[in-house]
Amino acid sequence: MSIRDRLYGPAIIAILFCYNLSQATQQVQVPRPPFSEGIFPCSNCHAALELNAKRRQLKDEHTHIVLEHAEKNRWCLDCHNPSDRDKLRLANGELVEFAQSYRLCGQCHGPTFRDWKAGVHGKRTGSWDGNKKYFLCVHCHNPHSPRIKPISPFPAPVPPESKPFLIGGPIP
Amino acid sequence: MNDSTRSEISRREFLSSSAGTVLAGFSLSTLFAGCSKEDIEAFLQKHFTELSGEDLQKVLRRLEKENEKKFGKGGSIDTSPAMKNVLFGYGLDISRCIGCRRCVHACVKENNQGREPAIHWIRVIEFPKEAGIDFAEANPYYCPSAGKESNLNSAQKEILSDPLSQYPLYREDKKNNTDAQCKVPRPEHFYVPIGCQQCKNPPCVKACPTKATWSEPDGIVVIDYNWCIGCRYCMAACPYGARHFNWAEPKLEPADFNPSMHYLGNRPRSRGVVEKCTFCIQRTRKGLYPVCVEICPVGARKFGNLLDPESEIRYLIENKRVLILKNELATHPKFFYFYSM
Amino acid sequence: MGNILQFLKTCFSLWLKGGRYYWTWMVFLVVLIISGLIAYVDQLSQGLMVTNMTDSICWGFYIGNFTFLVGVAAAAVMLVIPAYIYQWEPIKEVVLLGELLAVSALVMCTLFVSVDIGRPDRVLHLLPFIGTPNFPLSLLAWDILVLNFYFFLNLVIVIYILYCGHTGRHYKQWILVPLVLLSIPAAISIHTVTAFLYNGMAARPFWNASILAPRFLASAFCSGPAVLLILFQILRKMTGLKIRDAALAKVAELMAYAMFINLFLLGAEMFKEYYSNTEHLIYTHVLFFSVAGKTQVHYFMWPALIASLVAFLLFLIPRTRHNIYTMNLGCLLIFFGVYTEKGMGLVIPGLTPDTLGEIYVYSPSLTEYRVAAGVFSVGFLVFTLLVKLAIPYLNQPHESPSH
Repeated sequence: MSIRDRLYGPAIIAILFCYNLSQATQQVQVPRPPFSEGIFPCSNCHAALELNAKRRQLKDEHTHIVLEHAEKNRWCLDCHNPSDRDKLRLANGELVEFAQSYRLCGQCHGPTFRDWKAGVHGKRTGSWDGNKKYFLCVHCHNPHSPRIKPISPFPAPVPPESKPFLIGGPIP
Repeated sequence: MNDSTRSEISRREFLSSSAGTVLAGFSLSTLFAGCSKEDIEAFLQKHFTELSGEDLQKVLRRLEKENEKKFGKGGSIDTSPAMKNVLFGYGLDISRCIGCRRCVHACVKENNQGREPAIHWIRVIEFPKEAGIDFAEANPYYCPSAGKESNLNSAQKEILSDPLSQYPLYREDKKNNTDAQCKVPRPEHFYVPIGCQQCKNPPCVKACPTKATWSEPDGIVVIDYNWCIGCRYCMAACPYGARHFNWAEPKLEPADFNPSMHYLGNRPRSRGVVEKCTFCIQRTRKGLYPVCVEICPVGARKFGNLLDPESEIRYLIENKRVLILKNELATHPKFFYFYSM
Repeated sequence: MGNILQFLKTCFSLWLKGGRYYWTWMVFLVVLIISGLIAYVDQLSQGLMVTNMTDSICWGFYIGNFTFLVGVAAAAVMLVIPAYIYQWEPIKEVVLLGELLAVSALVMCTLFVSVDIGRPDRVLHLLPFIGTPNFPLSLLAWDILVLNFYFFLNLVIVIYILYCGHTGRHYKQWILVPLVLLSIPAAISIHTVTAFLYNGMAARPFWNASILAPRFLASAFCSGPAVLLILFQILRKMTGLKIRDAALAKVAELMAYAMFINLFLLGAEMFKEYYSNTEHLIYTHVLFFSVAGKTQVHYFMWPALIASLVAFLLFLIPRTRHNIYTMNLGCLLIFFGVYTEKGMGLVIPGLTPDTLGEIYVYSPSLTEYRVAAGVFSVGFLVFTLLVKLAIPYLNQPHESPSH
């Protein structure tokens, strides 16, 4: 999939919030939220399931999710809406799309949210003087375990000593 | 008579004089074995800022022809000037950079750097946290086993050609697991990528004996690769190690050639000249972000117009703690390191 | 016109006459020049890759030699001052030989810069009108200006004296004396500007010390005369040139003072660095010790420092100063000391570690040695040819100059 497809393709939920930029109201695009393969819409399964709000070890599904995000004070349904599973739920009860998950994050992470809107936290691509594409918090941070994990680096530069034809020895 | 016409005429006089012809003939016959018409044109080419519209077109055609011969396609060489009311500034979040070196390699790919000997415009330096930015403790060679530049694996190549394929960042990517032992950021270390700081008071420009490098109105320090004599005085003068010399004919495979170029930016260089970061002038003058901003997986790189009070670069300067490298030298970089946390 | 042709003809006939030593020397030089030329052609075709310079150490052996030779060129003419002050009898000879050495040294300087640049086909870009010299901002543009001025000034003096000698006329005092006097500030200017070229780079703390230009001059006052003193004796042996030992000792005494100032300034620099012990100390440390277990400059810097100290003592003590053997030993020691200090001992610590802390251990490649040997040979060849022309002139009897 090319960058273009990813950003503008039919699956993209664009124009999510309006942010006052250069006096003019500018529309901001984000790529599709990074769902695991085949998991969305959640209602495909959850519509038929009975609600169980009890904190517990998940056994049948989502077993790979380990909550490491204020886990002592939180459980799935603090963020995932219990009645309409395809939506997220803010603290005030307002439902938001997954593509607007940043609003959910912004409830606690106020200063970071502010920086993100200003384009200083997180990543923007596109044009420095025109349309920008914002990345969602969840593109980089696993919402269930948000600390960035170490990744493999790209190749290191070659030290100058390893010039193949270097003739060694001190200067006489 | 203004400066440029004066020198134009005097040059023409010089070259038509017998002494000039003898000198030119001598240089040509000794320095270009089997010189062609193009070589002579290249030899007689004027400084970029002195090229008239017609001459410039001729030069561009010649350069495109050279590319055609080397890479199978001419590409297009842009010469667009600086935009009005634009002064570029760059921000790099030291508290976010993880030292993954994706910017280094995206830059190489975008800017047609020679692959062998490899030239990197960005050098990512690792410092121990307790040392701070102390260059005596600098280590640019961390994780040496992370593959070879000439032999990027398929996952790395995919990331370079499609930066979005990195996301979500936390997805286990086994293909790019080049060095399970060495992942970044390493504990107790932090990373400072260093490239051209695009100084307002650039020591390199002052040093250059031929005015082959200068500051553009949008703040980018550029080089006319066809005017540089390769004396490397600018490299000695640069406090940031940002300038790189083509010690040999740069090796660039046709498959790696980026045909979208700017005269002052990423067009292929010849041996014996100096090159450096231009904030991806071929992109930024079209309104795009530099490629290092596009690739950075953690969004540590910020770019924008310093004259626009609403730009992200202005926001970070006004709201974050900013660090200038080698502040005491008063080079006044337009490259601002900052701490977002 | 006829005179000039006659002069050229005489020149060639003089060059073609010579004994076994002369021809052996010439063949030796030509062989080195050819070897250097082959190495340089290789460098041209492959790029400066064949040198051991890298982005980290972007200047090396070539520029080190250039810097040293600027000192020789400057100081050779400085000898004119003592000659005037002390009313040294064969004053014309001193002037002439000083200028000859300056011309040859400048030929080498120009060649060393030329072989160092990446695009020699574009040197014309440096020239006014044809190119775009970055004047007055770039110190390199200044350097080219003063070096050329000094070169042509000396060339004019040399040709004028030799031409007058050839035509049998005595040179005009009113032409020569102002030119010679002008060459003194010019000599100071080439060395000062070359020092400023390094000095002006804030990125390199080792060079960015205001003491650098005075140190350049002080060391030049030692190295240039050292070369000349030895040349005088060789010429005295071979041509019967009349130079009194006392006069040589006088020059040696001046060299002792210059060496004292040189060592004093070096000491002042070292005190500042080691006592304040800032992050800038590392460059001076590279000069004297192995840094990170890698750098190698100290291997030849310590001997050079000891050589300079011993030479200083030899020239300071009247007995050793007046003894021709210890004086010559002093000259050799000074030459070695200053060559090291103002050559590689200046360039390498200035660039090691580089601005981002990289420590790359540089030592010249075979190509660099060959090219450098070739350049030195060209310089010696020029000097030999010029001296060859000068010898008959120096040996002819002179009436005292008319004022």
